[in-house]
Amino acid sequence: MSAVIEPGHAGHTDHHHDHGHHGPAKGLMRWVLTTNHKDIGTMYLWFSFAMFLIGGSFAMVIRAELFQPGLQIVEPAFFNQMTTMHGLVMVFGAVMPAFVGLANWMIPLMVGAPDMALPRMNNFSFWLLPAAFGLLISTLFTAGGGPNFGWTFYAPLSTTYAPESVTFFIFAIHLMGISSIMGAINVIATILNLRAPGMTLMKMPLFVWTWLITAFLLIAVMPVLAGCVTMMLMDIHFGTSFFSAAGGGDPVLFQHVFWFFGHPEVYIMILPAFGAVSSIIPAFSRKPLFGYTSMVYATASIAFLSFIVWAHHMFVVGIPLVGELFFMYATLLIAVPTGVKVFNWVTTMWQGSLTFETPMLFAVAFVILFTIGGFSGLMLAIAPADFQYHDTYFVVAHFHYVLVPGAIFGIFASAYYWLPKWTGHMYDETLGKLHFWLSFVGMNMAFFPMHFVGLAGMPRRIPDYNLQFADFNMVSSIGAFSFGATQFLFLFIVIKCIRGGKPAPAKPWDGADGLEWTIPSPAPYHTFTTPPEVK
Amino acid sequence: MATHDEALPKSPNSDYEHYYVPAQSKWPIIATIGMLTTMYGLGTWFNDLKAARPESHGPLIFSIGGLLVAYMLFGWFSAVIKESRQGLYSTQMDRSFRWGMSWFIFSEVMFFIAFFGALFYVRAWAGPWLGGEGAKGVAHMLWPNFEYTWPLLHTPDPTLFPPPKDVIDPWHLPLINTILLVSSSVTVTLAHHALRHGKRGALKAWLGLTILLGVCFLALQVTEYVEAYHELGLTLGSGIYGATFFMLTGFHGAHVTIGTLILAVMLLRIMKGHFDEKQHFGFEAASWYWHFVDVVWVGLFIFVYVL
Repeated sequence: MSAVIEPGHAGHTDHHHDHGHHGPAKGLMRWVLTTNHKDIGTMYLWFSFAMFLIGGSFAMVIRAELFQPGLQIVEPAFFNQMTTMHGLVMVFGAVMPAFVGLANWMIPLMVGAPDMALPRMNNFSFWLLPAAFGLLISTLFTAGGGPNFGWTFYAPLSTTYAPESVTFFIFAIHLMGISSIMGAINVIATILNLRAPGMTLMKMPLFVWTWLITAFLLIAVMPVLAGCVTMMLMDIHFGTSFFSAAGGGDPVLFQHVFWFFGHPEVYIMILPAFGAVSSIIPAFSRKPLFGYTSMVYATASIAFLSFIVWAHHMFVVGIPLVGELFFMYATLLIAVPTGVKVFNWVTTMWQGSLTFETPMLFAVAFVILFTIGGFSGLMLAIAPADFQYHDTYFVVAHFHYVLVPGAIFGIFASAYYWLPKWTGHMYDETLGKLHFWLSFVGMNMAFFPMHFVGLAGMPRRIPDYNLQFADFNMVSSIGAFSFGATQFLFLFIVIKCIRGGKPAPAKPWDGADGLEWTIPSPAPYHTFTTPPEVK
Repeated sequence: MATHDEALPKSPNSDYEHYYVPAQSKWPIIATIGMLTTMYGLGTWFNDLKAARPESHGPLIFSIGGLLVAYMLFGWFSAVIKESRQGLYSTQMDRSFRWGMSWFIFSEVMFFIAFFGALFYVRAWAGPWLGGEGAKGVAHMLWPNFEYTWPLLHTPDPTLFPPPKDVIDPWHLPLINTILLVSSSVTVTLAHHALRHGKRGALKAWLGLTILLGVCFLALQVTEYVEAYHELGLTLGSGIYGATFFMLTGFHGAHVTIGTLILAVMLLRIMKGHFDEKQHFGFEAASWYWHFVDVVWVGLFIFVYVL
């Protein structure tokens, strides 16, 4: 095991030859020009965390304004920009890049590949993201203000009535889309072509499986999003009438195209977390995953169903009854494969030798809290009930329960689980647990009351509210502030772990399984230049 | 630079092929800066046009970005071609390229599906509803005098979206274009066969003919657009028919242009003696792309022009 990577001579224990292979280059250009999957994975993860803080600061503005009824801190016009940018930055800047970062780091290690299949394109995929978000966030400082039409940017708010910055928003979406598609192509090519001998598809860790399916979803729907924003661009600048009924088009068409992208997108943000949790729970239960095969098929079923449920976001817009019924039943079907997954996670823990290190805490919280988000999703899926819930804080509560303790807890769990492999040091377990409990309490305090105010009729995306909602909103805001502040603790833990700590063995978790634990910690700069043999 | 001091396709100490991982590359960051500049310039330009601001830096910024992107394309592709000709790419690498190109084409298909979907949605639902038919026919109250027909020769609001006098007759230029493009798919396949059998002369002839057919297609497409704008009043702004018509045929035309350029580069490479009977994935990828634009055209001919 080598603790330090020396440039030009990485510590190799797993391959027979390393002639001429480089260590990392020196200085800033190492990061700008790199083709190394570990460097690129690291950049994705740091970028994602930066966006998490920026998107989080937008959320803090929202919660500060909603701390009390009435208008006190920001103008309603700016509030709209905050809700819009919070959603866009968190979805496209924080959650998605975090999973791509994890994929970059872990997929080659998990399948025994020397790197990603197309290393230069990998670098391109990453660097497009800072460009896209620089373009998007800079619009907040322009005269007309940033995008203010919600992260779902429904026409005609985003076309006829949009600020000038919508043009840059459209191009930023194009850049993000190109980045995602290239990233996804790389993931698929790596998984299908670079697996070590003996690593058959049904031997792959579930994280690899879920990412394979996620990548397919990305390639299928990001181009549709590109088409959607291109139609907006044409409507705004070239006089077309895609989303204008005056020319024979239809604003509802926008919603169909957007949600055809948008619904698979929400699974893009959760499937990799399913995969990671499916590695972490067995590791800390010291038992193999229960129902591996059913996990694979459940993931594939969820992905398939994600393409035929989009109009459940549009129950109140005016679609024919047959449509309401079809999309309602198709949506309810998703509970079946998702239930299979939850059942398997719980059964994996059943009679296991459980310990609760930080990754496991986040993973268990993931299972419980994501299920709560899933159940509120079932409530929303029932079309007649959705007439009541639509555009209320109940919806906000629902999707924050699947995204925060779902996607983001999945990311935290992954980060703690693999930090020893990345850095060569153990993180501070006490601080990690503190991070978990503060996040857990803060997050529930922020989002649980939203169910109540939502059911009572508080509309989303409005900077003011009726006095009856005041107490719950204050609780939500305090929870959100503490959840937000807690994330600086995470930053501290990660930096502390990078700078030092107890040296991590190759396999720091005794129940862990997989090729990534056969290489030293920290992982050498180049791994598996010769593929390992998988039995 | 995208070079590497060692990378043998077969490593001597092992049974496994050595997968080529380029050390560092300046091209992705140049591509990023180029694309960001292009898009920032284009956005500035569009916004200045719309706001009727007389002086715009947009076109200049856009051009600088475009030049950067062009420089990057030359540089990146020539680096890849050089590596390929140095024999750095193993058969496993070749498979990565094949997967990459296949999934890229799939993403392009999905891009077109968004516009085809818009067309089908308008024709099957939104249009009839606006005309008073169907489950949501109540939409008719918006414009009570509107009658829905396809092609849409009356728009709900003719002052905002003046309707076209007529639409393109599918059995003249579009039919010729269909014949041209389908033939070009045949000729590119013949070129591929010639390449596989080492008949370089036939290869050049068939590939040259394919490019010529592509150029003729584009020329006729331009003629058709001129006719649409000047004689028929069929424009981007003439309601949803014009919008879907120009969006679908326009993006298809852009793809034919790119495809023709790719094939032209392949012809240049073949002139320089690149590719042999076994190794010619660059050419194959170009022909896959060409078949893809051809298939999209058949869809367009049926659903945009004929039906």
